[in-house]
Amino acid sequence: MSSSSQVAESWISSFCGLLGHEYFAEVSEDFIEDDFNLTGLQSQVPMYKEALEMILDVEPEDDDDEDDEEDEEDEDEDILGDDKPTGYRRASDRRHLRMASDLSVIESSAELLYGLIHQRYITSRPGIQQMAEKYELQHFGTCPRVFCNLCKVLPVGCSDTPGSETVKLFCPSCLDVYTPPNSRFQTVDGAFFGTTFGCLFFMTFPELEIGTVRQSAAGAADALLAIQAAQKASGQAGTALNPLPLTINGISPSNLAPGLGPGNIYEPRIYGFRVSERAKSGPRMKWLRMRPVDITDLDETRRFWDGREGGGSEMGDEDSNMADAVPGQAVDRRKKLVGRRRRTNGSGGTGAVGGAVGEGGSPMDTNGVGIVGA
Amino acid sequence: MDDFNSETDSDYTSYWRDWFISSRGNEYFCEIDEEYLTDRFNLTGLNTEVQYYQYALDLVTDVFDLDCDDDMRESIEKSARHLYGLVHARYIVTTRGLAKMLEKYKKGDFGKCPRVMCDQQPLLPMGQSDVSNTSPVKLFCAKCEDLYNPKSSRHASIDGAYFGTSFHNILFQVYPAFIPPKTQRRYEPRVFGFRVHAAAALGRWQAEQRESMKDRLKQARVETGFEEEDEELESEEDVDDEMDAGPEAFEHGAVPQQQ
Ligand SMILES: [Zn+2]
Ligand SMILES: [Zn+2]
Repeated sequence: MSSSSQVAESWISSFCGLLGHEYFAEVSEDFIEDDFNLTGLQSQVPMYKEALEMILDVEPEDDDDEDDEEDEEDEDEDILGDDKPTGYRRASDRRHLRMASDLSVIESSAELLYGLIHQRYITSRPGIQQMAEKYELQHFGTCPRVFCNLCKVLPVGCSDTPGSETVKLFCPSCLDVYTPPNSRFQTVDGAFFGTTFGCLFFMTFPELEIGTVRQSAAGAADALLAIQAAQKASGQAGTALNPLPLTINGISPSNLAPGLGPGNIYEPRIYGFRVSERAKSGPRMKWLRMRPVDITDLDETRRFWDGREGGGSEMGDEDSNMADAVPGQAVDRRKKLVGRRRRTNGSGGTGAVGGAVGEGGSPMDTNGVGIVGA
Repeated sequence: MDDFNSETDSDYTSYWRDWFISSRGNEYFCEIDEEYLTDRFNLTGLNTEVQYYQYALDLVTDVFDLDCDDDMRESIEKSARHLYGLVHARYIVTTRGLAKMLEKYKKGDFGKCPRVMCDQQPLLPMGQSDVSNTSPVKLFCAKCEDLYNPKSSRHASIDGAYFGTSFHNILFQVYPAFIPPKTQRRYEPRVFGFRVHAAAALGRWQAEQRESMKDRLKQARVETGFEEEDEELESEEDVDDEMDAGPEAFEHGAVPQQQ
């Protein structure tokens, strides 16, 4: 192992070639060799130096303790190239002996280190690009949800701390996460992909068309009916929808959870009759798959709360990005985003994390590709 | 297709049905009772749906004794499977059928929900149509009330009409004790250092829809069906909200103002 043979695969490509490692990108050596990218990892990985050497396929350096230890295993010399200086060879042999006992420790340290570097790499420009290529080739599979029409998914972690959860798949069409279909991924640590990558990816490539075409005409007709019904219900029948903003936080409205909303929500029926919400077995989870017909409703929600509460401080600039296509209106809205988070009701289930990050969180720019684990 | 040799008379066991439900890919089917199959009333109308209806029925009930060539044999075999599926859709909404499917559900024979927040909730097979050859079988999760594609391609080719649009909803109506508590825990897309993400706004909007549904249910004095921990979760989050993103936080400069 200590000898990187000239033809053999690199450690990185053999690691990525292992069964179950299909989601990993091959981190470039340039990235690993830049110490800045490894900041803070030393304390997280046992036998850090050895692990790093293993990943980079470098011969262990001559240590100060390179002394006259008799080399018992001469046969190992054959493996080593003949061009190496003798002293070096000895050190390698000695390390070989040590590694025989520690090899499994170093190997697992190397995997941990690689994973942690990987988490950072895929939020860097070259890394996210590499993941985009894998995404396009559908290396991560598709969403199992029927109404997502085989939308391509992305590997993510639900935690940035290794050892807490296995890798999951994030679907941009329903904004939900799923367990990979194959059990071989259930040994892959989610932290090696991290919590930031999923959303960062779609903000980095806003032009990616994640919506999928409806498969059948019947489906489209259903959706149309459902949309009309929803419009009627919200008292908008007859009035045209607000013109769609060009972007919502840098995301085109057609790319905001296209798998949700009218026509994409399961309606339970018995012999053709809808099961009432009031039945004990009635539907309770439709909200999870809802989406406003008129996407600017997401803004009107704010107006509602503003109207109720008023006063307080300005929210800062972030929120004005909600619908920034109509500059004039955006300014108006900005004024109304006041004290909304004060409310004690409600949106609790969702609000906290998303909200905290979204509004209270650091106002760094969306172009922050390359921000690594905070 | 596996060969089934029905030359071996019908003694007392259901050879063909045993073979059918234990065949790879047919894990979603339960065994239809002999009495149900032999009661013509239960098969009303199926004679026009199935080619070689009588032979197919004979095969399914192990009384097939036609001497025919392999092609014919194969056609009848195919018809028998179709017939079994069509009867199956009717059978699984009977008392006996529901009980059998419930047992399979409890064993997890139909797989688990792939949605992370559903915590391995067992699924039920269903069809999006009751008309055969419309769409393949899907899986229903009673926790998130959504539909999923089967993982395995051998299941993805089974006709959804063999399970139908009503069965899974009837099952929970008949066995309400098996309705899983709903959860409002959900995935929150997070990005360190990001501006408001549209997903967060959508999430809040959805949560408002959910709360108004809960209000409707409370007014109608109907249980909401959400797991208890949710209530605690909510109050905790309210505190967080105020600490992290409340107006005070802004006043104290936790978030730089840009205006
Ligand atoms: Zn999806
Ligand atoms: Zn589920």
